[in-house]
Amino acid sequence: MSETIVIAETRDGELHPVTAELVSAANNLGDSTTIVVPSTNDAAANSASSIAGVSKVIACVGDCFAAYDAASWAEAIDSCAPSGVIVCAASQNGKDLASRLAARRSISVVQDVVGIDGGTLTQPIYSGKAMQNLSLNGDAAISVRANTFAAAGDGGSAEVSVMNQSADVATAVREMIAKASERLDVAEADIIISGGRGMQDPANFANLERLADTLGAAVGASRAAVDTWEEIPHSMQVGQTGKTVNPSLYIAVGISGAIQHLAGMRTSKYIVAINKDPEAPIFKHADYGIVSTWEDALPVLEAELKALLG
Amino acid sequence: MGFQSKGCTLRGTGDKMTEIAVLVKRVPDTNAQILVSGDRVDLSAVKWVMSPYDEFALEAAMLHKEAKGGNVTAITLGNADCDKVLKDAKAVGVDRIIRVWDDSWSELDSNQAQSALANVIRDLGINIVYCGKSAADTGAGSTGPGVAERLGWASASNIIGLEFEDTGVEAMVPAATGNARTGVSLPAVISCDKGFCKPRKPNVKGIMMAKRAQVEVMSSDIPSSSVNIISHSPPPKKAPGQTFEGASEVPRVVAALRNDANVI
Repeated sequence: MSETIVIAETRDGELHPVTAELVSAANNLGDSTTIVVPSTNDAAANSASSIAGVSKVIACVGDCFAAYDAASWAEAIDSCAPSGVIVCAASQNGKDLASRLAARRSISVVQDVVGIDGGTLTQPIYSGKAMQNLSLNGDAAISVRANTFAAAGDGGSAEVSVMNQSADVATAVREMIAKASERLDVAEADIIISGGRGMQDPANFANLERLADTLGAAVGASRAAVDTWEEIPHSMQVGQTGKTVNPSLYIAVGISGAIQHLAGMRTSKYIVAINKDPEAPIFKHADYGIVSTWEDALPVLEAELKALLG
Repeated sequence: MGFQSKGCTLRGTGDKMTEIAVLVKRVPDTNAQILVSGDRVDLSAVKWVMSPYDEFALEAAMLHKEAKGGNVTAITLGNADCDKVLKDAKAVGVDRIIRVWDDSWSELDSNQAQSALANVIRDLGINIVYCGKSAADTGAGSTGPGVAERLGWASASNIIGLEFEDTGVEAMVPAATGNARTGVSLPAVISCDKGFCKPRKPNVKGIMMAKRAQVEVMSSDIPSSSVNIISHSPPPKKAPGQTFEGASEVPRVVAALRNDANVI
């Protein structure tokens, strides 16, 4: 395993910071790392060239990159990327793309990698209820979870080569329906504050939203909350049948800690639990547990955070 | 519409019949404890179910047939233990149930599994495949896009809305900035999130029919594996946390998050 190819993660044509984490992952796997930056122009590739530890940047430029379309993205990226182990971000599109690229090259795909140690890769299975350790014999496409590796630093000056691509788009975006709120998605957020059925009423989630605004956090929910209240959409659900999250801080409010919820958030760096039931299983997994009703605890939390963060 | 109004539906006309497939997988119940014994997970005591997202894919396939005609074939990959998920699909009304397997196979990696599925789908003349956005065991979400790529088809993943059209579907696909209303022409693979439809329950007649239904077994050539599973292990244990009594302790926790954890 020598050459490793990072497929840069982009958002609206700009380089996503997780790309620098992917470079660290790639440098753990091979001796030489190439970044392929899919975009409609070469601007993002130019910013990728300053990431340290990169030997080459390929700007994969094509009109097909205006919106995500799995088939054309895979075709265009495949023709730019050299052979080797491919590293994508374990984002929604990154995982999709990793699958496509692997299939295109008839190699295997390994998703959601959370550890690379020598030739051994580790990925969660059963939503993190167990870990699977594996090795590759040959090329593969892998996706790496955010917050797994420290981001590679700045100061690189890799050469950028531009490769223009044209690929037929297989799906057509007819309309973008913007999010109702500016609030972050739980899958994207570094801090998440989630409510469970202990919130008693979906209207009480407004308390979590205010806190989220102060913290710059996303608001999540347990399956029990999503199943009970129509007002709480599935897109907020954290857990085995919702989103798997890996934030720096996860605050669980009125969530008992069912196994299927824990499966979706247990790898959070720090977990705070607020629950009135001292026996709630969530406390076994929390770094900081507060035995209290949310009605008592949240106003204090809000005041403290406001004082700290403005 | 005006240009296409020849008074015919897709079914039985010069157009190709809609051949719909749904991929279903047998997985441990999501409420099951997963134990690791020795260096492998021990699944001997778990309850097995159809992977939850596959239920939405199955419902989407049935709705597609009801809207546009055609046949629905449920396909799984695995040994005879997996017949049950096919029978479950039969009980809600799929036309045909197929299990892809060869007794010389054991655990297949993604390259092998997707190749086998794609080969069978190609041979069956399918033109739209529904699957769950990920299976509850691996959580990978690789099968839908991987099968699509092998077939040279379009795909839309993690969809949260679906409308049926004469030559394709319109899927709602979540994106970073909102939701993309996306036109997808057939042939295509659609991987389904939950929430846009309510999976139907089987009735007594369906359950009786499913009991008598024959599972067709099909095999395929597959590539060699390029992934070696070394071991399974329990998730890393966290250091025990601290628990505080009462809301008056909240400031201590906030201070710890600020000063010890450095996360706010």
